[in-house]
Amino acid sequence: MPIRNMVQAINLALTEEMAGDDRVIVLGEDVGKDGGVFRITDGLLGAYGPERVIDTPLAESAIVGTAVGMALYGLRPVAEIQFMGFVYPAIDQIFAHAARIRNRSRGRFSCPLVIRTPYGSGIKAPELHEESTEAFFCHMPGIKVVVPSGPYAAKGLLISAIRDPDPVIFLEPTRLYRLIKEEVPDGEYTIPLGKARLAKKGDDVTVIAWGSMLERVMKAVEPYSADVVDLLTLSPFDMETMLESVRKTGRAVIVHEAPKTCGFGAELAATIAEEAILNLRGPVMRVTGSDVLVPLGKLVDYYLPDIERIRKSIDEVLRY
Amino acid sequence: MKFDIKRLEILDENGIADESLMPPLEESDLKRIYELMTLSRVFDERALSLQREGRIGTYPSILGQEAAQVGSAFAFEKTDWVFPSFRETGMHITMGYPLHLLFQYWAGDERGMLTPEGLNILPVSVSVGTHIPHAVGAAMAARYRRDRIAVVAYFGDGGTSKGDFHEAFNFAGVFRPPVVFICQNNQWAISVPRERQTAAETLAQKALAYGFEGIQVDGNDIFAVYSAARAALEKARSGGGPTFIECHTYRLSHHTTADDATRYRSREEVEQWKKKDPILRLGLYMEKRGLMPEGYRQDTEERCRAIVDDAVGKAEKAAAPRPDEMFLNTLGELTPRQRREMKELTDADS
Repeated sequence: MPIRNMVQAINLALTEEMAGDDRVIVLGEDVGKDGGVFRITDGLLGAYGPERVIDTPLAESAIVGTAVGMALYGLRPVAEIQFMGFVYPAIDQIFAHAARIRNRSRGRFSCPLVIRTPYGSGIKAPELHEESTEAFFCHMPGIKVVVPSGPYAAKGLLISAIRDPDPVIFLEPTRLYRLIKEEVPDGEYTIPLGKARLAKKGDDVTVIAWGSMLERVMKAVEPYSADVVDLLTLSPFDMETMLESVRKTGRAVIVHEAPKTCGFGAELAATIAEEAILNLRGPVMRVTGSDVLVPLGKLVDYYLPDIERIRKSIDEVLRY
Repeated sequence: MKFDIKRLEILDENGIADESLMPPLEESDLKRIYELMTLSRVFDERALSLQREGRIGTYPSILGQEAAQVGSAFAFEKTDWVFPSFRETGMHITMGYPLHLLFQYWAGDERGMLTPEGLNILPVSVSVGTHIPHAVGAAMAARYRRDRIAVVAYFGDGGTSKGDFHEAFNFAGVFRPPVVFICQNNQWAISVPRERQTAAETLAQKALAYGFEGIQVDGNDIFAVYSAARAALEKARSGGGPTFIECHTYRLSHHTTADDATRYRSREEVEQWKKKDPILRLGLYMEKRGLMPEGYRQDTEERCRAIVDDAVGKAEKAAAPRPDEMFLNTLGELTPRQRREMKELTDADS
């Protein structure tokens, strides 16, 4: 089976979906001739032409706004936002329209749209290039938030996202784009949205993570007997898989790179408290980025959860 | 670079039309237009009184803007797509949108925005100007599909200050899809007058900066609005690209029922604009053409009142929405948590 990195896996998903469904359109800044700043859309313009692979003017709100219009008309647009920090001008389009049009029109119109964007730290890029603000999007009903943690998951999830009848924010961990290589088959396979993956099985502690942090978590848990729950979809998240594991181990450690306050870990911790508090042996721990703006390259390693911090929290909860 | 903005005027305040510019409208069309404008006004008056009686919620009046709305919508085909803002009741009425649904919507019942099959009208956009890119995207999709249709976005003078207006216009200029932008420049964005919205002399000229045609029309002149809309729609359907039509009109009423326009504008200004009433003007023209027989005006108004009475009755007789209906259209398939919340609410309600 072919070994691929995440860039190749996402490119393959787009290529195959565009081949199989003429409703699928790619648009964004530099996605055509340039193949995208991370080369995710490389080769698509040549294969599908400028009607389906659209280099747009530099305007994020209109990229998402026109994609909303295309989706309403029955196409399946996949919009690329160059970095997550640049999605903010388009948040109005996502929150005020994409998320609401199905409801507003009582189901007459829907918005099957994917917004792909690289997210997360660790590539020593300028300001606003390393954001991890997934929780903003999880708070808004009417949209889904998907975060693959590796090449195999990225392809299967992106195919599901493109076929989903509702808007999906698809967050691609920039740091992992070329870091992880794994077997990614040619041809169609899907990973259902809303389902987590048990990335490792163990008995003593449940570690919950997603996207960019998963690779680090897998290294951190090597000395432990831990369940690792890779959420894959944050909204809607797979409550059952998480709770089943926590009920078994009695201990939960949540790892994310976003700031702690109102991060998605808060939702998970609250859910565990509501649904499984009697199964817990110790406090739910969160290992997160600091409550600061993502620092530039010189300080970013102090900001991000590292293996040592993850292990420290696991050790702490294992004392109970 | 020098430029001129064309302003189209056909029918003056005395009901005299420049016959050389008259669009092709049969006598039956003129009567239909007169009836649609009257129906729009009667609907509007009823909505205002229902709001005062507490029978509907906040409502944005279209008083004075009937020509801009009916005149443009009269040029649409049923296959065209329309992206309204929130002050286009005259367009809805012209397109045959069920009146009782409009009353239901303004009374707080979301089912009122379920557009019947056969009409491609999006729900009203309460968010100002941010729906304009959707029209551009839908038009790009229509062209990709080789559908011979036009897509229309309505917005007001306030909307032209929004970033999305400019981004949408820029995309329209670059991609040249079959889109027609119709601005109802009614001179006031709540309390901010048109000259504090932009330093540009016209709104229409903004299209020129994005590389396509902008035209200003007397928005209280039904023939000018219809003529400009018809030309722009046909141009769009036949591959000629976007057009921006600025309808120069006036909001005779408050911004909404929650507003008091006497706080920010003079009675004299409003009185001046009352003389430009679009329905009055069309009536004078039709009188001169012998199309207003004795009692026609009253008969038309009475018929419209009966239609509106019927719609109000139907809206108020509609069964209340069930609590589960607030969940059902959030997503194509509800999340497990939504299903649980819905069940809890439904169980508590029964």
